Amino acid sequence: MKVNDLILKTATNVVSFIIITFSIYLFFTGHYTPGGGFIGGLMTSGGLLLLLLAYDLETVQSIIPFDFKKVIATGLLLALGTGIGGLFFDKPFLTHTYGYFDLPFFGEDTALATATLFDLGVYLVVVGITMTIIQTIGESE
Amino acid sequence: MIEIGKFIVGVLIVLGSLLSILTTVGMLRFPDTYTRGHAASKSATLGIMLILIGTALYFWITEGYISGKVILGIVFILMTTPVASHLITRASYNNGVALWKGSVRDDLEKKYKQQKKQ
Repeated sequence: MKVNDLILKTATNVVSFIIITFSIYLFFTGHYTPGGGFIGGLMTSGGLLLLLLAYDLETVQSIIPFDFKKVIATGLLLALGTGIGGLFFDKPFLTHTYGYFDLPFFGEDTALATATLFDLGVYLVVVGITMTIIQTIGESE
Repeated sequence: MIEIGKFIVGVLIVLGSLLSILTTVGMLRFPDTYTRGHAASKSATLGIMLILIGTALYFWITEGYISGKVILGIVFILMTTPVASHLITRASYNNGVALWKGSVRDDLEKKYKQQKKQ
């Protein structure tokens, strides 16, 4: 019997974008309000999981053509790189710094911290691990 | 002005809570899956939306803070709960959950028989 899941697919097209946008918002506000790399990553993979539920594995893999194991490696390298960066300036490992910059779009005195890059590493690792687990379980017969 | 606003907020939140209680009563009292889904999706959606609107209004009136997250939550609940209820009831129909014996009309039955013949 042909399954008609037009309603699920239409709702998913709108809702998954809201979820992923909100997860990116959570990721960037993690420094001053609740949120951060872990919740942001989990919520991004939640949005991708919703896409997986509405469409099949091959469709989602063609939309997001990442090898998620490589995403894990990139995240770990980012986290390690921000840790090592402190060593070049005679500071202990994992020393983080920040500065105020005048950016064209975000306004003057925008605070940019290297902790965000570390958080980006956490984010990528969480997305990669969650999606790897789900895809591996989903593929096995 | 703030007191009137707080009164409106209170009315909204109490209405939302009452609708949520109504949902629970409907879940307990209705006979089959489909009528329960009807009770759970509609009144719970409106109840939660009223509570969230009350919350957003409260922080707007008292602290002048417009919470985008709460407004996003209202839109999100409005979009997702009916879809979830539709999926649950459709899944239970596909698995052959019987309708309440007092129900008189089953539009899907004819269509499913046609599809099985093809």
